[in-house]
Amino acid sequence: MLSIPVHYFLILGAILFGLGVVGVITRRNAIVIFMSIELMLNAVNLTFLAFSNYLNNVEGHIFVFMIMVVAAAEVAVGLAIIVAIFRLRETVHVDDIRLLKW
Amino acid sequence: MEDFIWLIPLMPLLGAIINGLFGHVLKGKAGLIASIAVLISFLYSVKAFLMVLDGVTFDGDLFTWIAAGSFQANFGLRIDQLSSVMMLVVSGVGFLIHVYANGYMHGDRSVGRFFAYMNLFVFSMLMLVMGNNLLLLYLGWEGVGLCSYLLIGYFYDKPSAAKAGLKAFLVNRVGDFGFAIGIFIIFTTIGTITYSGIFENVERLVSAGVVTTASLLLFMGACGKSAQFPLYIWLPDAMEGPTPVSALIHAATMVTAGVYMVARFSFLFSYSETAMLVIVIIGTFTALFAATMALVNNDIKRVLAYSTISQLGYMFIGVGVGAYAAGVFHLMTHAFFKALLFLGAGAVMHSLADETNIQKMGALYGKIKITALTFIMAWLAISGIPPFSGFFSKDEILANAYAYHPLVWFFGAVGAFITAFYMSRLVFLTFFGESRVDPEVEKHIHESPRVMTIPLMVLAFLAVVGGLVGIPQFVADLWGGSNHFHHFLEPVFAAANERLHLAHLSHALEYGLMLASVLIALGGIYLAYLMYIKKAIDPDALAAKYKGAYTTLYNKYYVDEGIDAGLLNPIVVMSRWLWHFVDERIIDGLVNVSAKIVMLISLLVRRVQTGYVQHYASVMVIGVILVLGYYLFS
Repeated sequence: MLSIPVHYFLILGAILFGLGVVGVITRRNAIVIFMSIELMLNAVNLTFLAFSNYLNNVEGHIFVFMIMVVAAAEVAVGLAIIVAIFRLRETVHVDDIRLLKW
Repeated sequence: MEDFIWLIPLMPLLGAIINGLFGHVLKGKAGLIASIAVLISFLYSVKAFLMVLDGVTFDGDLFTWIAAGSFQANFGLRIDQLSSVMMLVVSGVGFLIHVYANGYMHGDRSVGRFFAYMNLFVFSMLMLVMGNNLLLLYLGWEGVGLCSYLLIGYFYDKPSAAKAGLKAFLVNRVGDFGFAIGIFIIFTTIGTITYSGIFENVERLVSAGVVTTASLLLFMGACGKSAQFPLYIWLPDAMEGPTPVSALIHAATMVTAGVYMVARFSFLFSYSETAMLVIVIIGTFTALFAATMALVNNDIKRVLAYSTISQLGYMFIGVGVGAYAAGVFHLMTHAFFKALLFLGAGAVMHSLADETNIQKMGALYGKIKITALTFIMAWLAISGIPPFSGFFSKDEILANAYAYHPLVWFFGAVGAFITAFYMSRLVFLTFFGESRVDPEVEKHIHESPRVMTIPLMVLAFLAVVGGLVGIPQFVADLWGGSNHFHHFLEPVFAAANERLHLAHLSHALEYGLMLASVLIALGGIYLAYLMYIKKAIDPDALAAKYKGAYTTLYNKYYVDEGIDAGLLNPIVVMSRWLWHFVDERIIDGLVNVSAKIVMLISLLVRRVQTGYVQHYASVMVIGVILVLGYYLFS
């Protein structure tokens, strides 16, 4: 088995996470923001797996399953909300959704 | 005795509750219920009086009322000679006035309320005279003050009546303030508020050096309640109330509460010569001062009000010089004839469509005979014509005043002359001479219904013979009788009399003073006769000649104006300044400035809330980085 040093995975994870953060902050489309959040979650998953392999500990794997389940549930709820908002306001741009500000 | 005396105050209280809650349903029957309640009290008072006459007195607690720490106030009653006399006067005269009010208030739109207040008053007054401790006295004292306020302002839609009620209440508060402090001093020094406890420990007040202070403060309360100078100003205005109220509260009973209180505390007052002297001076001054104001007044009820103030002054002379029995005797006879005068005045007003100006009366004698005759009896009684009741009581006070100091007698005698004069003026202008009644009103003059005239007749009987129970000893000696009233009250005042050692006058001097009293009364009546019947002296010319004196008297010495200018207006001006400057500018300003500061800060800070999700997310990320950085590198 190829042994790739653990810090490769960590750096890739960090890059993916950073991309996700930038995506959340800069994009206006709610769906793209959603995708960026997924990116951040998967970066974390990757980090979990890398450490799990490195430390020979399966708990990391279990956490990854957990996160995937939560992410799936979250997507279901989140998309439903976005669809509802779109039906109401015909837009998914977060800048247009600012009812809380007077 | 304790098996029934608690019913005496309870009955009027029950009546007040029934009329207060169901008065609007009972309507015409309210007066009946109220009268019956007071009648039952009166009958039990007679029973109590008869027992006291047999020598049975009562002083005990019925139940514990308030207990807090070392302080204990019991609901205790004291039925002795003094309180039994007061109970008879309050419930007896009160009953007659209640009956009269059934006729007088007939057709009024809220008789239930009227009789509820009246019964509440009788309850409070009975509490005042029956209690055996200072707190019950104070309860009654404030209770009668409250009822007085409510009844003066009974016609609450009339601004002058509402104002008069307020004035009475506020002036009384000044006196009651002193009264309350007096009670506090006695309680803190002696540690008890029961009469018997106080009388046993008066020495402790003396050794603490507060006996004069306490006495004077108690007297201050009496000044307010009994309308003595300078707290008399509320009583003339109190005539705004319905006439039965004036008769019951502002003539016969409530205003005598101060006299009762001084008599009740005679033993305490006997320890302070200064306090006694102050009482005599204020009593003498008020007796003369108020009488002069009655000289020129044209309102039938106000003349009687000034007369009441003046007569209360005589009572205070009596209790001030140590002739307690004489003071209480005058209290009783005054209750009879002054209640009669007021009820008579009410009957006259009733006949004349509520006219109160005596310049618009005259020649009523033939038209309302019963009212006129009873009024004349009361007039003779107050003027001091023997053997009417007022003669004996006033003469006894004046004789004792002479023994105290001839100067007091002199001023009292001058006051008696003025009293005889203004009462005669009132009677002559109202019932005799030519008629000055409005012709439109004259057609409808009618005698009052029997429910009003019968109380008048009963009171007239009392006003005529009431004095016979207190015939002076030196006269009674002629046929081997005695002064029953004095002997009856002796046990109450024995302790005080022992300390005071009243000077005794020679028989010749006593006869001389008595003769002088009669001559003075006749002189006053004769002068009024000359002026108002024979027209030998023209009163208008006299008024024009002494214009300054006349206008001063007519304007009541400008006392009300003086109080307004000297006391009230400065307070009003200062209150306005406090309101517009201190409150509106400074207090409100401080509050507004703090609010403005918050607003300014918010204007800046609220810019953080842009409403853009990305901004919030960025702040969150920066925050997370900062927190993580802090943990990683520190």
